Amino acid sequence: MTRLRAALSRPLVRRLAEAVVTLVGVSLLTFVVLRVVPGDQITASYGIAAGELSPDQIRSLEAYYGIDRPWPVQYLGWLGGVLSGNLGLSTASGTSVAALTAQALPNTVELAVLAIVVGLLLGIPGGMLAASRPGRARDGATQLGSLLSLSVPSFLLATALATFLANQLGWYPNGEGYRTLLEDPWLNLQQMALPALVLGVSIASPVLQTTRTAILGVRSEDFVRTARAKGVPPRLLQVRHVLRNALIPVVTMTGLQFGFLLSGALVAEQIFAVPGIGRQVLLGLQQKEYAVVQSTVLVIAVMFVLVNLLTDLVYRLVDPRVRAR
Amino acid sequence: MSATETGLEPGAAAAGRARAWRAAFGTPSGAVGVLLMVLVVGLALVAALGLTPRDPAAQDVSRSLLGPSGDAWFGTDQFGRDVFARVASGLANSMRVAVVSVAASGAVGLTLGVLAGFFGGLVDRLAGMLTNILFAFPSLLLALALAATLERSWLTVSIAIAVVYVPIFARVARGPVLSLRSAEYVVASQAVGRSRLSTLVEHVVPNMTGILVVQTTLSLSWAILTEASLSFLGFGTPPPAASLGGMVYDAQTLAVIAPWLLVFPGIGLVVAVVGLNLLGDALRSALDPRAGGR
Repeated sequence: MTRLRAALSRPLVRRLAEAVVTLVGVSLLTFVVLRVVPGDQITASYGIAAGELSPDQIRSLEAYYGIDRPWPVQYLGWLGGVLSGNLGLSTASGTSVAALTAQALPNTVELAVLAIVVGLLLGIPGGMLAASRPGRARDGATQLGSLLSLSVPSFLLATALATFLANQLGWYPNGEGYRTLLEDPWLNLQQMALPALVLGVSIASPVLQTTRTAILGVRSEDFVRTARAKGVPPRLLQVRHVLRNALIPVVTMTGLQFGFLLSGALVAEQIFAVPGIGRQVLLGLQQKEYAVVQSTVLVIAVMFVLVNLLTDLVYRLVDPRVRAR
Repeated sequence: MSATETGLEPGAAAAGRARAWRAAFGTPSGAVGVLLMVLVVGLALVAALGLTPRDPAAQDVSRSLLGPSGDAWFGTDQFGRDVFARVASGLANSMRVAVVSVAASGAVGLTLGVLAGFFGGLVDRLAGMLTNILFAFPSLLLALALAATLERSWLTVSIAIAVVYVPIFARVARGPVLSLRSAEYVVASQAVGRSRLSTLVEHVVPNMTGILVVQTTLSLSWAILTEASLSFLGFGTPPPAASLGGMVYDAQTLAVIAPWLLVFPGIGLVVAVVGLNLLGDALRSALDPRAGGR
């Protein structure tokens, strides 16, 4: 309990206030960017035919989409709606953005969690392997793998995997309609396997590097030498003393990767036809649906900021040195 | 060690630096990085000057989907366009977008970061607020949103990518300036009556070269990846100009019967990014005293 109270002390309150200011800025920026550029929902939904609309028709369409009011009124109206849980309406599909998001968000979160699992499974053992003999062959080999995972963009890996597996092995679960985890767990996990692998590979490199550096750092600390001198068996020493302490920065790194996954997921979702939140933004951008893009981007930014805040909190809880400060 | 760090003896410092450069580029990975980048920049230049054996845009249906051969080194696509010429021209496009976007974000970000770090107070808080806002967007999403709303061209893609990296450069520059601000020679410069601005330009900025060169190299590789991702998603460099991401997208349906359409643009992209990453690592160990070798 005292731990929690210490964690919630002043710096955290300040970070919360900062987060709120940031989110207001995010919403303003999204709002302005979407409006300063030429083209609006009318041209997006009517295409060239928009040129043939009479001034009266344009006026009534503007009123229908709510873009006839002055900007500040539009912004405050939208923000007020968001705060009361109304994210606006997607005119193309005729559903509320809140409903669309409620459908899409769990898919993206599931994908991000699976990708983090894959990334940690690749990155932590890789980092331990590299750190076990720094500067030697196995270090070099893992560094090479890490460099490749950093340099091969997800869209390329995804396209290559999809093409190869679908055609050589005839395995392409994503070709069928998407099934959520609740509808058909087995098919869902098959459909998630490739996108999670692709995204996991893309975050494995920072996890690996962080693990390696942290293990090398912890290993040279006094308490490890003391433990070794006391006769702690090497294997137990590696796990209980070295790895446990080395994982603290890995936690932070993993948290930071979550935000990256939200945007990286966009590519994987698009290629593997996962109806997630990234695809929702992409579709909204293509159809110039202000409400969809604006609200979805805000949802993503809120999640990003919250995850970073949470990472900070967890870091404070697990690392007594930060707590003391 | 202490002489090079305090910069008391310029000769010793130069010798130390030369040693560090040799150490960095003498390693296998540093040498490979230089080699790959020479290859990539060379190919890009050849394409930019129009010296490829075939025109990257010339269509010839009678030559469609030829495999790699002595005649068409990387094969041809469904319109009979030469894949080698298109990969080279795609690399030229990647390099152009990367250089322009990094130069723009570097100029704006550095100014912002240096001013924030040096003057502190309100300037720092405002700059911090701005960078926080930009950081709240996942980077690809921000670039995508900007690129999608602007008219499609290589220049707007560069602008979109530049906006994403402004806060990164600002943050990278702010840290060293903060610590340099209280360095003895900076304080001394002010004590002898130099204005804050001239101190900044003469003493603070030159001491950040190392960290900036490294950051620039790594940013170039991110910019290439981002441009390729945007082009893949249909919001990047518009056709008919060749872009590596666009080529991978086009290859999706044909890669089964014509794998070279996917393989060569993919290799081109990875080689450019690996080269820049290796170069960045080598530069880091040469220029950043804290990295201290491996």
